[in-house]
Amino acid sequence: MQLARAFLIRLLTTLVTLFGVAVIVFFVIRVVPGNPIAMMLPPGASDADVERLKALYGFDKSIPQQFIIWLSGVLHGDFGTSITRRQPVLDLVLNRLPATIELAGMALIIATIIGGFLALTGTRLRGTKTEAAIDVGSGMALSIPDFLWGLLLILLFGVLWPVLDISGRVTPSLQLPFTTQFYLTESVLRLRFDLWRDIAGHMLMPALALAIPLSAIIGQLLKQSLKETMHLDYVTLARTKGYGENHVILHEALRNAILPTLTLIGVQFTFLIGGTVIVERLFSYEGLGNMAIDAVINRDLPLIQGIVVVFALLFTLINLAVDMCYALLNPRLRHG
Amino acid sequence: MAEVTTDARGLVKRRLGLRLWLSGGWLLILTLAAVFAPLLSPHDPLSQDLLGGRIPPMFFHGADPAYPLGTDSLGRDVLARLLYGGRIALIVALVAGLATCVIGSTLGLIAGYFRGWPDMVISRLIDIWMAFPPVLFAILLIAVIGPGLTSIILAIVVIDWTRFARVVRAEAMAQGAMDYVASAQVAGRTRVGTMLAEILPNVLPTVIALLTLEMGIAVIVEAILSFVNLSISTDDPTWGGMISEGRTSVYQAWWVLVFPLVCLFLTVLSFSQLGEGLKDRFDPVLR
Repeated sequence: MQLARAFLIRLLTTLVTLFGVAVIVFFVIRVVPGNPIAMMLPPGASDADVERLKALYGFDKSIPQQFIIWLSGVLHGDFGTSITRRQPVLDLVLNRLPATIELAGMALIIATIIGGFLALTGTRLRGTKTEAAIDVGSGMALSIPDFLWGLLLILLFGVLWPVLDISGRVTPSLQLPFTTQFYLTESVLRLRFDLWRDIAGHMLMPALALAIPLSAIIGQLLKQSLKETMHLDYVTLARTKGYGENHVILHEALRNAILPTLTLIGVQFTFLIGGTVIVERLFSYEGLGNMAIDAVINRDLPLIQGIVVVFALLFTLINLAVDMCYALLNPRLRHG
Repeated sequence: MAEVTTDARGLVKRRLGLRLWLSGGWLLILTLAAVFAPLLSPHDPLSQDLLGGRIPPMFFHGADPAYPLGTDSLGRDVLARLLYGGRIALIVALVAGLATCVIGSTLGLIAGYFRGWPDMVISRLIDIWMAFPPVLFAILLIAVIGPGLTSIILAIVVIDWTRFARVVRAEAMAQGAMDYVASAQVAGRTRVGTMLAEILPNVLPTVIALLTLEMGIAVIVEAILSFVNLSISTDDPTWGGMISEGRTSVYQAWWVLVFPLVCLFLTVLSFSQLGEGLKDRFDPVLR
């Protein structure tokens, strides 16, 4: 009962947050100097034409009025029409979102694998030079942001040893039989491993750039958490029962140590999604973030608004999901 | 067992010392290079020479001794641009870092110590801010307020104040619950007086460590914004602008990308290691 109430309160604050994001972005972008309408018309268009087009996009009304119209549209699933691409914003966003989700998902998987491996190795080899090297390495890895890792990877695997593609999502000349935008997933489902290789080859570098700092964070926290668990009585008991060190770490300590890491991964995942904006730009990857930057440069107000709100929705939903998982998994919170 | 811990502590201390020296050393070099950029630059960072474009750096085939780090596709001297770009990076690091620190910490201190409605408002704002992708937010702000050094600093402050506010709020809350704070109040200090005289000194070590981190982040944000061509102006030499240009001509002239990238790496790493080192210095257990 108490849990349900806590969730309800959490849900309400989430809605307040989303509303706040919508208000801020709406008013901020409307202060933009430069007339988005003027950029759409050929030079020499009459004033009447400008006014007509303004009315079409609703720019002739006051800003609060525009906001109410926009908000009621959003509640009906209508995010308006993009000025530069002349398509519904929702269609454009849904078209690009899968690319970003696949990229972020791949990065998260890579980060979890590397981070988990580092933590387990560090714990197994406690007090050795290897552990010290892992500590120093991850300390450095997490202080370098994804943008710089991306550039370094471009130099390493795009120029010095050119094995990966440095731009795009897929080689443009390829024929794609896909019906959804989840290229990577669909290529597996259709057993088209030739396409899968091409798509994964394009994704690997941006995904790695996003994954490296996160893997260091995951590794550090999981290792710290394992270290604390290794001193608990039940672990000592397992050891006296004669289980080997590997078994003790993997089967006894890991299970207890993983919970704090799990919540951290949730929060850090939203940072990672935020990072896709610049990493997609860096690798000319056709995702949501790349489109967002274009939208800002082209002053495409409805599109900017739509994308920012979708990002905010993604962030808050992930945080909400993590909080719920944590509450469900943690008995202390469940009964407290 | 005790001996082992003392040994480990000694080791940690020595490693910390080395880390502080190395990062401090690089930042000192950077500062000197930035201050004396006009004296050190062999060329004007803006002067173009279309016939002398893409000259490779020293020791490579076709190098010109007048351009030790080579030239970019417009024939501009990479070394000169690097030095002048360092100026902008340092100014942004110092000014934006400090401003973000002061504003964010103040709000965090107020929220964490006074609680009540100020805390409600500030916490809600932090929640909203955390739901924005920071890079997109910064790009949006620059598009709104227009490019320029002041705009970049302003954008960094606006997107990053929450980093300080969140941490300081939590620390101030923890400190505020302690006995010594209550006794200060019994002794007749005002609320604001207690906050400044008792709480602030205790959160300061955390704030200083965060500040050096923030300086590194500010350098990166500036580089990202000039990479997207929204920074100072396309003419002014910035590391991000050089990287942006180097990215497009990476197959023809890798050096245009490599040198600013190395500088960014070292600078960001130094700021963060300095922060880590300072945090450990202030840590009473290690001390």
